[in-house]
Amino acid sequence: MKRVFVAILAACAALTTGAPASAATLDTVKARGSLNCGTNGQLPGFAMPDAQGVWTGFDVELCRAVAAAIFNDPSKVKFVALTAKDRFTALQAGDVDVLIRNTTWTLSRDTQLGLNATSTYYYDGQGFIVRKSLKLNSALELNDAAVCVQQGTTTELNLSDYFRANKMRLKSVTFATLDEALKAYDTGRCDAYTTDASQLYSVRLKLARPDEHVVLPEIISKEPFAAFVRHGDDQWFDIVRWVVFAMLNAEEFGITKANIDEQAKSDNPEIKRLLGTEGNFGEALGLTKDWVVRIVKLVGNYGEVFERTIGQNTPLKISRGQNALWTKGGLHYAPPVR
Amino acid sequence: MSRAGSAAPTVPLWRRPRVRSLLWQVLLCLAVAALAWFAIVNVTENLARAKIASGFGFWNVTAGFDISQTLIAYSAQASTYGRAFWVGLLNTLLVAGLGIVLATALGFTVGIARLSQNYLVAKLAGWFVELIRNIPLLLQLLFWYNAVLKALPDIRGSIAVPGGGFLNNRGLFLPDPQVTAGGPVLAALLGGLAAAVAFGLVRERLGALGRGAPRVVVTLLLIVTPPLVAALVAGSTVSFTVPEMGRFNIRGGLEVLPEFVALLLGLSIYTAAFIAEAVRAGLMAVPKGQTEAAHALGLRRGATLRLVIVPQAMRVIVPPLTNQYLNLTKNSSLAVAIGYPDLVQIFTGTVLNNTGQAIEVVVITMAVYLTISLATSALMNGYNAWITPTER
Repeated sequence: MKRVFVAILAACAALTTGAPASAATLDTVKARGSLNCGTNGQLPGFAMPDAQGVWTGFDVELCRAVAAAIFNDPSKVKFVALTAKDRFTALQAGDVDVLIRNTTWTLSRDTQLGLNATSTYYYDGQGFIVRKSLKLNSALELNDAAVCVQQGTTTELNLSDYFRANKMRLKSVTFATLDEALKAYDTGRCDAYTTDASQLYSVRLKLARPDEHVVLPEIISKEPFAAFVRHGDDQWFDIVRWVVFAMLNAEEFGITKANIDEQAKSDNPEIKRLLGTEGNFGEALGLTKDWVVRIVKLVGNYGEVFERTIGQNTPLKISRGQNALWTKGGLHYAPPVR
Repeated sequence: MSRAGSAAPTVPLWRRPRVRSLLWQVLLCLAVAALAWFAIVNVTENLARAKIASGFGFWNVTAGFDISQTLIAYSAQASTYGRAFWVGLLNTLLVAGLGIVLATALGFTVGIARLSQNYLVAKLAGWFVELIRNIPLLLQLLFWYNAVLKALPDIRGSIAVPGGGFLNNRGLFLPDPQVTAGGPVLAALLGGLAAAVAFGLVRERLGALGRGAPRVVVTLLLIVTPPLVAALVAGSTVSFTVPEMGRFNIRGGLEVLPEFVALLLGLSIYTAAFIAEAVRAGLMAVPKGQTEAAHALGLRRGATLRLVIVPQAMRVIVPPLTNQYLNLTKNSSLAVAIGYPDLVQIFTGTVLNNTGQAIEVVVITMAVYLTISLATSALMNGYNAWITPTER
C-alpha cells in the first residue's frame, strides 16, 4: 500500500516537472543537434520527398535555411510530414520546432492556438481546377457543383464563404489529406477541386490526365503563407522571421550562392551589415555573425530558392507575380538589417 | 460478573482492521482526487501560459464550413460548431445503427451456414469468415470506396434505377417520399412498432398460452394498420420529389452518398465475420444431446434449430455479440479515411482544427463514444438477462 502511495506521489512530482518546459527553443534545437521542421509531405514543389527519399520543395528549403543559420549545415533537419488537421497540434505539443507547411496566416491562428506567424514567405490565393469538358469560364458558373476539398483548412471555409456570397449552392466533399481529396476529384466524385493557386499547378501534375483539366481564373481569397512558431519564445520567433527576411534582403542586394564570397568583400554598408562584416546583428539574434552567409551559401537567396523549386524551369512553372520583390512590382518587402 | 464483558480487548483505534481499511480507502480516494485536480490545474495553467484558447465558448460560434450529409438542418452561415457536433453524432449513429442491423443479419446467416450439412455452403461460409476477418478493416473500406464505388459510371453515364432514380459514382439518388401531415403518421408508426414489440414480449412470457396468437400476422397488422389509419384520418398524401439531372449534379430526391455506402458495407461485412464465429461457437456449445432429443421428439431440422438450439445458444452468443456491436460503433470512426462526415471527421477533424481547442474537443468526443458504448452494453446485458433460460 505504501508503495502505491509513493508511486502516486512520484507521479504527481512527474506531472509537475513534466509541464512543457518553456526552455528556449534555440537551446533545445542546438542540444538536439537538428531542427524538427513540420511540413507538408504531399505537395510537389513545396514539400515532398522525391524518388530517392530526399525532401525537396520551397517550404523544405526554408527549413534548411533555418538549419543552415543555426548549424552551418542545411542537412541537420528532420522533416515531419503533417496533415492539415494535425499540423497545429504537432507544433503546440512541441513535436516540431517550426511549422513551414503552406499554412495561411489568419487572426484566429495567431490568437487562439498559442502560436505566432512569423512573416509571409509566399503570397497565395485560392482557386479552382475543373475538367475542360465542362467548358467553364468562371468559378461563378459553379452553382450546384460538387467540390472536393481538404478538411481543416482555410480553403474549406473560403469555399463556403464564396458560394454563400455569390448565392450559389455547394456540395462540398471533404477529406483529411490532399491526396484523398485529389483522388476523389480525379475519379469524378467532384466537379471541381479547390485549393491554393500555387498547389493547383502542382496537383494538376498528379492527375491521371493533366491536360484534361483547367484552372479557373478567379482567385477567391488571400492566402499569405507564414512560418509558425510557438507563442512565448521571442528569440526563436525572431530567428525564423529573420531567416526569411535575410533571404529576401540577399536577393534585393543581388547576393547569390555563386557570388557570396565576392560580395562578402563589398564596401556597401548595407551588404556589410547583412553579411556580418560590419556590426554584430547575427549574435544579437542568438546566431553567429555570418548567419546570412551560411544561409545564402548553403541554400541560396529567396529568388534562387523560388526558381529552383517552383519557378519557370520546374514542372510547376509558377511566375513570381506577387512574390516578386517590391522593387520589381511584387509584395515582398523585407525590413532592413540595421 | 461483568469482568469478561467490560474488559473488551482494548485494541488501539489504528489497529482495528475496519478503521485501518477505512483510513486507507479515504487516503487513496484523496490521492486520486488530488491527482485529478492537479492534472486539471496543470493543464489549465499551461494552456493559459501558452496562450491557447480554452473553455467551451466555441460551442456557440458560427461554424462556417459545409457538411456533405446532414440529417438535421445545417448551414455553414447559420449553424454553430455545436450544431456541427450534433450533425456528426447523428451521422455516426446512423451508420452504426444500420451497420449493427446488417452485420447481425449477415453474421447469423453465415454462422449458421458454416454448420450446414451442405458441403459447399459450409465451405463458402468458412472462406468468407477467414477472408474477411483477416484483412484490416481500413483496407476493406478503401477497397469498397475506391475499387467498387468509384468504379461506377460517372454522372454523365448514370445508371437509371427503375422508378426514377440514378446510380453513379457520386451516390445513389432515389425519389424522396414527401408525406403531407406526416407527424401523426410517424407517431402512429412508432406506436405500432412499440405495440408489436410489446406483443412479442407478452407472447413469449405467456408461454404455451400465448402460442394461440398467430405471430407474424398480428405483428404485421400492428405495424401497418396504425399509420394507415392515421394517414386516412389526417388526410395525408404522399408525393415523390424525383431526382433530376442538373448542370453538374443531380438535384432533389434522396441522396445516398458513396462514402456512406462504403463505410456501411465495410463495417457490416467485417463485423459480420466476427459475429458469424460467435454464432458458430454458441451453436456448438449446445450439447449434441439436445439435437438428438429434439429429433427424438419428432422435430424437423429447422424447428430444432429455431426452438431448441438457438434459444440455448443465445446466452453464449450475446456477450461476444455485444463486443462486436461496440467494435462496430468505435470502428465507424475510420470514416475519416474515406470522407464520410461522422463525429470524428467533423468534430475532431474540422472543428478541432478551426478552433484549435484539442483538449475540449477530444474529451467531448471520448465522452460521446463512452456513452454510446456503455448504453449499448447496458442494453445488451439487459437483453441477455431477458433471454437467459430459467435453469431448472
